Order: sequence, then C-alpha cells, then structure tokens
Amino acid sequence: MTGKSRSLRDAVTRIARQAWLVGALPVVSIVAALVVGAVVILASELLLPDHAFDPTLPIASYLALLDGSFGHEAAIVNTLVSTTPLLLGGLAVAVGFKAGLFNIGAGGQFVMGALGAVAVGVAVSDAPPPIAIPIALAGGMLAGAAWGFIPGFLKAISGAHEVVTTIMLNYVAGFVLTWAVTGPLGVPQSPSPVTYAVGNAAYPILIGRNGHLGILVAAAAVVVMWWLLYRTTLGFEIRTVGANADAARYAGMRPRLLIILAMTMAGLLAGTAGAGVILGINHQMNSTFTTTVGFDSIAVALVARSNPLGVPFAALLFGAMRAGSGLMQIRAGIPVELIDVIQATILLFLVAGPAVQRLFRLTAARGGLVSPGSVEPPAPVEAPG
Amino acid sequence: MDPFINGLYGIPILGLVFQLVGYIIMVVPPIAPLIMRAGAPLALGALCGVMCERSGVVNIAIEGTMLASAFTGWAVGVALGPYLGQTSSLPFGITPTLLIALAAALLMALLISGVHAWLSIAVKADQIISGTIINIAAFGLTGYLNTIISPFSPTSGGSFAAFVPPKAITDTPVVGWIVAMFLNQGPIAMSVIVLAVVLQILLFRSRWGLRTRAVGEHPRAVETAGVDVIRLRYRNVMAGGILAGLAGAFLSMEATNQFQAGMSGGRGFIALAAMILGRWTPIGAFGAAILFSTFAALGQVIGFNPPTGSLGDLVTQLPRQTWDALPYLVTIIILAGVVGRSIPPAADGQPYEREQTTA
Repeated sequence: MTGKSRSLRDAVTRIARQAWLVGALPVVSIVAALVVGAVVILASELLLPDHAFDPTLPIASYLALLDGSFGHEAAIVNTLVSTTPLLLGGLAVAVGFKAGLFNIGAGGQFVMGALGAVAVGVAVSDAPPPIAIPIALAGGMLAGAAWGFIPGFLKAISGAHEVVTTIMLNYVAGFVLTWAVTGPLGVPQSPSPVTYAVGNAAYPILIGRNGHLGILVAAAAVVVMWWLLYRTTLGFEIRTVGANADAARYAGMRPRLLIILAMTMAGLLAGTAGAGVILGINHQMNSTFTTTVGFDSIAVALVARSNPLGVPFAALLFGAMRAGSGLMQIRAGIPVELIDVIQATILLFLVAGPAVQRLFRLTAARGGLVSPGSVEPPAPVEAPG
Repeated sequence: MDPFINGLYGIPILGLVFQLVGYIIMVVPPIAPLIMRAGAPLALGALCGVMCERSGVVNIAIEGTMLASAFTGWAVGVALGPYLGQTSSLPFGITPTLLIALAAALLMALLISGVHAWLSIAVKADQIISGTIINIAAFGLTGYLNTIISPFSPTSGGSFAAFVPPKAITDTPVVGWIVAMFLNQGPIAMSVIVLAVVLQILLFRSRWGLRTRAVGEHPRAVETAGVDVIRLRYRNVMAGGILAGLAGAFLSMEATNQFQAGMSGGRGFIALAAMILGRWTPIGAFGAAILFSTFAALGQVIGFNPPTGSLGDLVTQLPRQTWDALPYLVTIIILAGVVGRSIPPAADGQPYEREQTTA
C-alpha cells in the first residue's frame, strides 16, 4: 500500500519534473516575447506625432488580443478556425524536419491543395455531401501531395536542394492559381476573376458560426502523424534518415525513397490545410487568394520541436494570436504585424535560451562560482607546434 | 528578311531554336539596363550567400536583412529629408540625406547579420532556424513600423539617380547595349559587377580567400594552422550582411524611392538559388542572378511583344502565366538537371566546436 502510494507520488513528481523540463522554456519564452512586444509598442508610441504617451497601452493591447481570441464563444471558435491551417501546416513542416528536410514550400502546397479542392469541389458540387466532401478533400490532398512530391523527387534524383526548389514552387503555385482562376476554373464574364462555389462539398459547420469540419480533420491528422512517425516502421525509417542518412543506408533503408515519401506526405498535409480553407471558409476561390501559412507553419513546427503532439499547442498559440490581432488593431490601434514580432521573439528565446544558460554556467564555472565537478574535465593539452 | 535566316527558321524543330535565339537577340539589348537593375539585388544577395557559406555558415536570413535595410534606409531618408534637403547637383543625385540613409541601412544589415552570426557561431543554433527567426522578425517589425509611420510621413525618402552614358557610346552597334547595361545605372547597381569581380579575385587569390575556403571545408585543420575560425566566420557573415544590406538599400533608395511592406518579395531566397546555381563562386552567382532576371524580363516581354512565325504560334498557345513562371521554372530545371549535383562547402551549416584546452 505504502509502496504503491510512493510509486504514485514518484510518478507524479516525475511527470511534474518532465512537464517543467518540457514546458518551462516555452512558457518563459512566451512571457519574455510578450515583454519584448510591450517594449516595441511603447517605443512605437514615441514615433507618433500628437500622441500622449500612454504607458498602459501594451496592457490594453494584450487584453484586446486575449479578448479577441478567447473572450467569448465566437472568439474561441475563431481561434480554432485560425488554428486549423497552422496545425496542418505545422505538421507538414515537422514531418520534413523529421526526415532532415526543410520544407519552406508549405505555402505553395497549401495553395495547390486549395486549388485541387476547389477544382474537384465545383465538379461534385451537386452530389450529396457525404460523397462530395471526401472527394473534394481528396482532390486537395492529392494536389498538395503532388506539389510536395516534386521537390522530394528532385532532391532524390539530382540532389537539388529542397530549400530552393520549394521556394521556387511557391511562386509557381501562385501563377498556377492565377491561371486557373482567370482561365479554366473561372466564372465566365465575372467582373473579377473567381471560381464557382463548391456547393455540397463545403464542410458542415459544427460549432458556432464558422467552426467547420476541418477542425476535426486537423485533430485526426495529429493522431495519424504521431502514430505514423512513432509507431510504424516507416516512421522509424523517416526519423532515422533525418538523424543520419548514412546510418540509415547502412541499415538497409532507402533514404531517397524516404525523402520522396516524407516530402509527399508534407505536401499532402499542407494540401489538406488549403482544402480546409476552401471547403470550410471561402467556398470559392478568387485570384487574390494568398496565405501566410507557409512561414507561420515553420514557426509552429519549430516551437513544437517537430513533435506531432506539440504541434497543436504551438498552432493554438499562433492561431489565437492571429485570431485576436484584428481586435487588437481595432481597439488599441496596434498593427497586426506585432504578432510576427512576438512569434520571432518566442523562437529567438527558445533557440537562444538554453545556450545562454550554458554560456552563463560556463563563465560561472570559470570564475569558480560552481564546484569544479560540474564541468567537464579538461582535455589533455597538446604541446603547441 | 534575309533569305538565309528565313531558311534557318524554316528547319523543322531546330528552326524553332534559331527563332528563339533570333527573338532573344532582338528583344534583350534594348532592355539590358532593366535586366541589370532587376538582377542587382539578386546578385548582391547571392554574393552575401557566397561570403557566408564559403566560411561554413548557411544564411537564409538574406531576405530579412534586405527588408530591414530597405526599411531603415527609407525611414532615415524620410526623417532627415526635411532637415537636410533632397535637392542635389552631384552625380547620381547624391545628397547628404541619402548618404546618411545608406550608412544607416548598411549599419542595420551589419547588426542583423551580427545577430545571425552570434546565433549560428556562438549559440550554435541551427542556422536555418536562426535565419527563419530573423526573416520573421524583419517582416514583422518593418511591417509594424511602416503601418505606424506611413500615415503621417512623406512617401519618398529620396533615391539615387541613374547615370546616363553619352548617347554616342550606347548607340554603338553590337557593343553599345552592353555599355548601357552596366553604365546606365545608379551607383549601387553599377557597383555590383565590380564587387563580384573583386570578391572572385579575393576569394581565389588572397590569403583571406584561402582561409575562408579552408574554414568552409575543414575548420579543424585551419584552426590547427593557427587561424581563428570563430573570428573569421564572424567577419565573413557580417561583411556578407553588408552586401545584403546594399541590396535592401537598392530596393528602397535606387530602384524606387519608397518602402512597401514585404518589398524584398522573396529576392533573398532567389539569391540563394543563384548562389547555388553559381556553385558558390562570386562570378557564377552574379551570372546566375542575371540569368534569372533575363528570363523574368523575357517572360514579361513575351506578354506584350510575342515573337512572330511558328515560334510565335507556339508561344501564344500557352497561358500567359507560363511566362511569369519562367524564371522560377528555369531555376528549378537548371538546379535539378543541367548543373547536376552541386556540392556545397563541406562544413557548410555546421557550428564549429573548438577543441577543449585548459586555457
């Protein structure tokens, strides 16, 4: 009995310590980034002519941000809706990182997914929803997957660096979009280029005014990706290639094939995100369809350290800030770009935090503040030549 | 038209190639100065990439550095313009305001690349992550400040004017357009080719160049030979950053006279592609940047002045966007096919861990 309760207490302490180890740095980083954001707000106040300096403006801004993202039911639903594409995009970047690839192409894959979904969705817009929705979604997923396949394939056969090819393909996706919307998919004689609506292929609204089915699709994707990466042979091989491609090859894996698979999977996920925005929100596409999902997704994956189970939290953080930024601009007059500043600062603290700690510990050790046992023993000195 | 040329153009398939060459010869020379102007920021960014990566530091923060410098140059120009004046009788329309703004832009680039160097070299962070952070921060901060400043500031921060070479020279047949391409430019675009040549010579013919290349390939060996790897990397990344800053200043102070949110428009990334296409050599990077801007210009020219004959029939059948996408597609094709496997410096992207001593 006592043994059991002790083991329980041990377990609780262990979990708490784990949570502290995993959670402390992100929490500290977020708080520090908010402080930096506040300094930016205060500094920018000084730039405004005829503006009485208001030291409480940062607090008012953050309250508006919070109100706009979690303040009431509609705000919470909005937050979930803005989280969804970031979540799928974050997974798309994360799966690339796991395979040792830097997928800057989530934006392009997102656009192609949206285009695929609208093309197929319009075609099946009269079919009953249970048939139309999966088909339209599959169209988006396939289009995104194809757009991810290209850089993976090029990397595998010729070593063309995925950073460059995915960026180029982002631009090409934009041109494909303009072509499709002004050409084959466009409504003839429309005053501005726009496609037909997806009709019955639209995601049903599940909660609130705009909480669509895509939220569940994204949640499912998290589970699937976690299972795939950590519970299947394929996932193990992808992670091995990412950790050490040579070792993977010696172990009999095929790095080239795995690179292609990982990029295709990334494209599929980003494509799902694009399809979700079309089927869940826009229902049709115009030629000015653009996205910041590509770069936001990189930030999400980095904050989550590419862990599929961490991605939802990171996506929720950034999704909430995106959702609340509108109200922040209206109420406090703070430009929405502040969110980018905060995002970058969070990442900066996450990256530099441990290293700064290490540096301090090292200097402290050198100064004799820490017991010598805590630093590595000095390496043998070689006689200088 | 010449019957000989007509004969060439009439050959099946091969004739199309001749027509294409003929078309390029016809349309490119008149727009050569524009091509150079579009290629200048790409080339400067690519040179920045060469400086960094040759010493073993991956720099995808070129985009953010450009953007931040573009903003800084414009903002300082706007702030000082009313006090120092914007009229000039000097060549290139140089004013004190412009010079101070340029210096501020380059200082900003130095600062940002210093952060990237610190994160990559001292903190030993993943260099791609460090670059991403800088890109997001630059996009956010410049966009934020621009939204705040622009409602009450003048739009123009002043800009460098282009030098106009004498018509007698630029009208010279055969070579006149080349002179115009390099000389009918503002001071920044004009200096790009010089910078590329000087860097090429320095990188392959000087002690600094030898050390840089060696540090990018095998830092441990260089350290053994008594070179301070860390300091050399810091210096290269920061000097390279100045080149990216020059590209940013070009955007807001020479190509235009104003700032727009996100005006670097991916040029920093295209510059990276140019660097790889140019195989990490300054002249190669310059050439690749000009190749890119040439295809971009061709894509636009085809839109309103399509070629005639059978080539024209072929060209007009394809959608317009094909030509917009041309430079991007050409970059992918060259990268994947023609160049073959391009090999970066061996220590590219790896933080340098000094050997432990009892110092």
